[in-house]
Formats: sequence, structure tokens, C-alpha cells
Amino acid sequence: MATDRRQNIQLTPDGRLRHFLTIEGLSRELLTHILDIAESFAALPGRPVKKVPALRGRIITNLFFENSTRTRTTFELAAKRLSADVLNFNVSTSATAKGETLLDTLRNIEAMHSEMFVVRHSQSGAAHFIARHAAPGVSVINAGDGRHAHPTQAMLDMFTIRRHKGDFTPLRVAIVGDILHSRVARSQILALNTLGVTEVRVVGPRTLIPTEARALGVHVYHDLDEGLRDVDVVIMLRLQKERMDGALLPSESEYFRLYGLTNKRLEAAKPDAIVMHPGPMNRGVEMDSEVADGPRSVILQQVSYGIAVRMAVMSLCMQTHAEEREEA
Amino acid sequence: MTEAPQHIFMQHDGIIDLIDGMTGILRHYLHDREIDNPAIIGIHTGGAWIARELHQRLECADPLGLLDISFYRDDFTRIGVNPQVRPSRIEFDVDERNIVLVDDVIQSGRTIRAAMNEIFDFGRPASITLVTLIERNGRQLPIQPDVVGLRLPLPTHEHIRLTGPDTFTLEITRRTDLSPSS
Repeated sequence: MATDRRQNIQLTPDGRLRHFLTIEGLSRELLTHILDIAESFAALPGRPVKKVPALRGRIITNLFFENSTRTRTTFELAAKRLSADVLNFNVSTSATAKGETLLDTLRNIEAMHSEMFVVRHSQSGAAHFIARHAAPGVSVINAGDGRHAHPTQAMLDMFTIRRHKGDFTPLRVAIVGDILHSRVARSQILALNTLGVTEVRVVGPRTLIPTEARALGVHVYHDLDEGLRDVDVVIMLRLQKERMDGALLPSESEYFRLYGLTNKRLEAAKPDAIVMHPGPMNRGVEMDSEVADGPRSVILQQVSYGIAVRMAVMSLCMQTHAEEREEA
Repeated sequence: MTEAPQHIFMQHDGIIDLIDGMTGILRHYLHDREIDNPAIIGIHTGGAWIARELHQRLECADPLGLLDISFYRDDFTRIGVNPQVRPSRIEFDVDERNIVLVDDVIQSGRTIRAAMNEIFDFGRPASITLVTLIERNGRQLPIQPDVVGLRLPLPTHEHIRLTGPDTFTLEITRRTDLSPSS
């Protein structure tokens, strides 16, 4: 994965983070820096005042063209914990539904002096499009675009892994389930490989693993027991039934029989392996409740860490633009 | 920030002497105010080193508190995140405590303002006593230390910095452009 800063609109010429659109093209040092900053924010929930004044007076806009209560809420909470003011634009109630173009919507929100857009869209590349057309001094954070990327989810997963395992280098990680439709999996694979894990495995039925998977630097398994053998981390993915066009699955019960995670199947992994899921979780489809609620599950921690990681990304991007303004 | 190393101002032994002297002055200061159980908080990075020394010498019962004030600076969006940003950690109840706040160098006073803002997000202390190893000129806010190791007038373009933590050194460098001041 080459880092070509001239091509990467996420970065300034000297490598600072301007937008956060994809893990692709970001260095190990930068990803580690994001995780280090998130450590500072992860301690905030234990304090009487759970916010810092860093972005006081700044305006951050959540621009969600696709529903996602959890992601939008954690971005909103992240912005508020940085003391920013938050605007929430929901496409179903906004002017875009009345015929306004995306760029006109963008210009209108910029005129309200918003300095950051958090964008969720069903089309791959939507966040890039907005970043290319945003005014100078405005940052764009990708909160999920089509099947392409969900970089903050990947980074909160990396943060969760680092908190439990420390060093990435010796780790074997299995990502199980619907890889084909998963922007989360793509971002996770890029992040894990950039951070230098020993092995990334993808496990799932042939119909749900893209043919180009091996090119992403992963080992492909179609048998769950084999795929889980001696792994340190198990990441279960949601079956994205809403994105499935054809008959990719026989039935949910058949899927659970072959790929559902149970305590029995988890025995193949290392004894201290952790189990993750980006949510929302389909109990009894991707995972048995005994695993989801069991001692190796870190699923709820992922949600809290998500706020800290999003605060880190927001503060870094906002700082870069402020520095650029200062330099100008 | 472009800086050229200029000279070593003080070596380890001299700095330890300053810390020993500060410990004595701090004991008197606290005694005069009938403070018998202070809690110590150091500001990353140099302040935390000095705070650790004072914490040992005063044999404080509570764990040493550590503050990284990066996200509280009034110039956060100019200076931004310190590349070595660390979590703040205060593992005692700040409410109604007598706090000894420690930094290595006070110049503008902005770091101390940010640190006090952060402390108040942990609770409402009974008092804050400010201790700095070096007090230099250049104050921009009405904040003065209560206990000082050494008062040092320096030309505005000179910058004094503590290095450590195993062996302390105070270095004076000549600033060639504007850089953040403490």
C-alpha cells in the first residue's frame, strides 16, 4: 500500500490529516498517533466533567444520507465532548429531498460556518466527492460510504484490539461473515495490515467473500473452525441483508450452523482471544448470545471507544485546518 | 519551530539542589497555611518529572496526579496536539483537596491557566499552590508561582527547557521563530 501524498486528498503536503476518508494511504505512524490521542479521550467518561474545551466555538455538521442512529450519536457525542456545536442534517427531512443538489446543500451549510462535515452515504465515494468540493478550511470525515470504507469504525476496532492485546505485531485476526458487502471489513483489513499484524484471515461462504480478497493481503477460509484456529482476535460482521441483491445465502439458520459463533467453536481460537462485532448484531445469526454476553466479548467497549477515537480524528483534522489558516 | 541548541544552563546535580531547596520552601509554605495532606499534580512532561521528585520528598499518601493540558490550551487549534500526548490521570478525589500544581517553567502563564481549568473538570479543590522549577519573564496572564526553584530573566528570543527524566538538564536555546510558550 503506497503512500502517495500528492494523490491523497486526506493529507496536507507535509502529511498532516486534513480529511479522514479512508485508511488507504495513511501511514502506520499516523494511525498510531490517532490511537495515542484517543487514549487521552478514553479516560474522560470516568471524570465528573466529560468534555474538553479544545473545539469550543467550532461547528460540526453530521450529514447523514443513510440512517445510522449509533454512528450518528457517537459522532455527535464526540463533537460535544470536544465542546463543538453540532448540526444534524438528516436527508429525509432536508432540502435535498426537495430537489436541492448535494453541492448546494454543502454551500448552504458552509455559509453557516460549519468547519467539519461528518458524512454517511449509501454511495461509495460520496465522502471523497464532498471533500473535493468542500471550501478550504472545511474537513470531511467519512462515517461510511457504500461498500467502500468506514475508517472510524476500523480505528475504534484497532483501539479496542490495542487496549486488550498491546502490540499488533504478533496477532492473528479473523474477520468472519459478510465480507462482500462490508465497508467495515475493507477498512479493518487495511488498518490491520498497516499496523503490522502477523496475519489477517477472512472467513465466510464463497458467495460473501469478494474474488479480489486475496489482493487485500488476507488469507481466505471457508471453514469457520479452520479460520478460527489459534487466532487472537475474532471480528464478527453483520449479515447485511438489505444490501444483498440475489440468493447469496440459503437461510439464516443455515448460515448460523456454518458460520455462527458459539462458545464451542470459539475453543479453536486462543484461550485469551477477544470477540468483536461492529453492530448492530443479529443474535442467533452471526453469534450466539452466550458468546455476545460472555467474558471474551468486548462489543460494548467498542461502542465507548468509538467516541474517543472519533474525538481524536476530529481534533486532528480541525487542528490541521487551523494551522493552514495560520500559515496563510 | 526552528531552534538551534545553544548551551547547557544547569546540570543534574544543580537541578537536584534546586528541587531540595524548593521542597524546604514548600514545606514551610504549606505549614504556614496549615495544609498537612497536600495532593500533588504535575504537568506533562517536565512538570511531571519535578512533581515526582517533590512527591517522593514530601512522602505524599495519594498517588501523583498527571495532567496533559493539550486539549485545554487556549491556542489548541494553532499549536494542536502534542505528538507525545498522554492521558491525564488523577486517581484521588479533587473535591476539597489542597492541590500542589507543579510545572518546570512558567513563562506566559497560559499552561497554568489551562491546567487549572482541567483540574476544575475533575472537581473543586480547596486550594491550588503553584510550584515551578524556573520562573522566567514573559507573563501574559496574572498568574504567579507560590514556590520557585530559580527566578531567571531571559531575553524574549531565548527559551529554557528541562530534559530528563533520568538525568536532568536545563538547556537554553535561541528561538528563531515564534513558538508556544509556557
